[in-house]
Amino acid sequence: MTSANKTSKESATPGGAAPTRRQFLYLSAGAMGAIGAAGMVYPFIKSMNPAADVLALASVDVDLSKIPLGQAITVVWRGKPIFIRHRTLEEVSKEQQVSLKDLPHPQEDTIRAKKPEWLVVIGICTHLGCVPQGQKSTENRGEFGGWFCPCHGSEYDVSGRIRRGPAPTNLEVPPYQFISDTMIRIG
Amino acid sequence: MAEKKTNSVIRWIDYRLPVFSFLKHELEEYPTPKNLNYWWNFGSLAGITLIVMILTGIFLAMHYTPHVNEAFKSVEHIMRDVNYGWLIRYIHMNGASMFFIVVYIHMFRGLYYGSYKSPRELLWMLGVVILLLMMATAFMGYVLPWGQMSFWGATVITNLFSAFPVVGESIVTWLWGGFGVDNPTLNRFFALHYLLPFVIVGVVVMHIVSLHQHGSNNPLGIDRKGPQDSIPFHPFYTVKDIFGLSVFALFWAFFVFFAPNFFGEPDNYIPANPLVTPAHIVPEWYFLPFYAILRSIPDKLGGVLMMFGAVLVLFVLPWLDKSPVRSARFRPMYRIFFWALVVNCLVLGWIGAKPVEGMYVLIGRLATAYYFFHFLVLLPLLGRFEKTKPLPSSLGKPVVSTGRK
Amino acid sequence: MSVFNKIAVLGLVLNLGFVSASIASDAPVPLKQNWSYKLGKKGSFDRAELQRGYQVYKQVCAVCHGMNLLAYRNLKSLGFNEAEIKAIAAEYNVKDGPNDEGEMFERPARPEDRFVGPYANEKAARATNNGAFPPDLSLITKARPYGPDYVYALLTGYTPAPEGVKVMEGMHYNAYFPGHQIAMIPPLVEGAVTFSDGTNATVQQMAKDVVTFLAWAAEPEMEERHQMGIMVMIFLSVFTVLMYFVMRRVWQKVK
Repeated sequence: MTSANKTSKESATPGGAAPTRRQFLYLSAGAMGAIGAAGMVYPFIKSMNPAADVLALASVDVDLSKIPLGQAITVVWRGKPIFIRHRTLEEVSKEQQVSLKDLPHPQEDTIRAKKPEWLVVIGICTHLGCVPQGQKSTENRGEFGGWFCPCHGSEYDVSGRIRRGPAPTNLEVPPYQFISDTMIRIG
Repeated sequence: MAEKKTNSVIRWIDYRLPVFSFLKHELEEYPTPKNLNYWWNFGSLAGITLIVMILTGIFLAMHYTPHVNEAFKSVEHIMRDVNYGWLIRYIHMNGASMFFIVVYIHMFRGLYYGSYKSPRELLWMLGVVILLLMMATAFMGYVLPWGQMSFWGATVITNLFSAFPVVGESIVTWLWGGFGVDNPTLNRFFALHYLLPFVIVGVVVMHIVSLHQHGSNNPLGIDRKGPQDSIPFHPFYTVKDIFGLSVFALFWAFFVFFAPNFFGEPDNYIPANPLVTPAHIVPEWYFLPFYAILRSIPDKLGGVLMMFGAVLVLFVLPWLDKSPVRSARFRPMYRIFFWALVVNCLVLGWIGAKPVEGMYVLIGRLATAYYFFHFLVLLPLLGRFEKTKPLPSSLGKPVVSTGRK
Repeated sequence: MSVFNKIAVLGLVLNLGFVSASIASDAPVPLKQNWSYKLGKKGSFDRAELQRGYQVYKQVCAVCHGMNLLAYRNLKSLGFNEAEIKAIAAEYNVKDGPNDEGEMFERPARPEDRFVGPYANEKAARATNNGAFPPDLSLITKARPYGPDYVYALLTGYTPAPEGVKVMEGMHYNAYFPGHQIAMIPPLVEGAVTFSDGTNATVQQMAKDVVTFLAWAAEPEMEERHQMGIMVMIFLSVFTVLMYFVMRRVWQKVK
């Protein structure tokens, strides 16, 4: 409908009916065409957003009672790995004493864990989306004892906070709640 | 490219890659006969429909799963869960019918005004190639939702090839990739249904190049005598095409929003079941005339050959009709037979939807015979014996674009 | 139900979701019902009607017919709130797993689960139904000629077999069913359900409500489609008129 606009410019010179009326006609046609085209584009863009069934995806219930002290498990929620770590008392007290000044992304450990012995984080490095190592004690956990991302060397502590490396923020905490003392529901 | 009123970036690019000159030459200045009527709108409408079909198709493909267990469900997923999925699918689904409506009108326009005659024979033949590609694409697209009609349509149409002696069975097995229409068939149909539209785009480009070589035919069917017979494509035909597009969009939108399943069959909302054939299998409406020809011939191979022949005869049309006059306006006899052919094609379409019984068989056979009689007997005879009316000497008075009236 | 037949009646119907036409079948053409959701009537579904219809489906049809394209979350469109949907879903058990021991287990359904069907698979359905397979109802009004009119006619169309017609063992006479003999027992009897809104549960009432529900289930996008369609048609009409005048102006210069 740019064509109509262009025409209006070119033929606004002598001849025909009053140029203002004609220009108005051309302009409104051009504007409507543009709105119509934009209106056509919108549903197509929108169709690529998550569909209703994806948004409604299941929440996951996890039984914590089977995770031994000091160990971690990985569960899948919305197609992403969730790290659940049963932290020892030493680990908890160590993390709680970390000074916020030492953290690139300052967050208290008490905010990140609803119950101190259970840490639940999304196991995706906030740098470029790799899955960090450290779920097994035999894997490289980095200097801070949490997780180590093999892609670009980000190191996380046992609170899932970024301590060194290129990752900008701490490992994300997913929405979850305790539905009993030993059961959590993620999502 | 006009030297003035272009900025330096455009000039820089155009000097190295003359896209702007090309567009200006082919879309803006392109001299077009000044007397084209609304029947000439359907070429651009077909082009736009092709683009809409490709766009909606790409977005549908993002959500579709070509597997026998998932195809039906994934289409319903598009209808129910994908944002505006229903809109995109209904545009695409009805778009197939719109495409054929537009192309059939475009073809009959060519027939009426003799647009296939020298020097536009190749232009016409490329058009027939496009029609064949469209038919293949539409057929394979109809299989993708994997409903009952999809499955049994695919079964019946692929089985047509078994009519060929000796190699028939092997061809069918090869088409299926198995011993029946099954997952390999669905997979390859999806791959080809995605590919063929781009092949159509390629042929359309050739179609347009060929068109622009000698320019459009026109309702009088006579050659342009000089610049006074032409007007630049832009703005005259751009605004006219946009107007036509707008009317067409209204028509299309009516079906999309208020009667989306008008052209469809209820049976295709039943998931494919290889063990049960629906009571009445009917192809999509745009295949009905050809389906009628197929069923009118009592012999299997003969029916298949006649059906393909009905399209292939169009390839040699420029040499069947030897009349030097293009437009039916000056061919009184041809004009009558043209309309008889239109009616005949409608009758064939109607018969294609009817069961093969009683009167329908006879009517179908007569209509089939007349179809070929028109092209193979009538046209060559008319070219020799028809008394045509005198042709005008020019397209009309010279164009005055001084702005004064 | 060819397009050519449909075109014949196109002029009559602006409210067509389902265009009637004659098919080659000996079954009588179902009467056209005055569906409240048709465009030209309300154009949208009546929530109370839908909820009653769902109740009929749930308490009567669901004994034999699944609706596997619907999820409990979809009931939101019927006007149920999230707590009600959770409660409805929890009435059913779905198979999930495997759990950490590698076992499949049953758990109460959640809103995101699909409707739980009455049978594990088609074979099981046929085994319990004398070899007949009660079809899934998710798309039933779209998957039959005459759509909702047909389903309504079928539900209310049970009659004693006419003189001379021998009804086979385990079959029932219904003029609207192709072949006239249907395995489904007459599903609706007066008072089969009790509507909480006090509506009298006559056979006609229940049939009308459940068909409305089925029509919604088959075309949940219908309301949005109608609304958007009206906007688009108005927009395009104005644009067409405008373009017509633009074209006339531009073409003034050509003689």
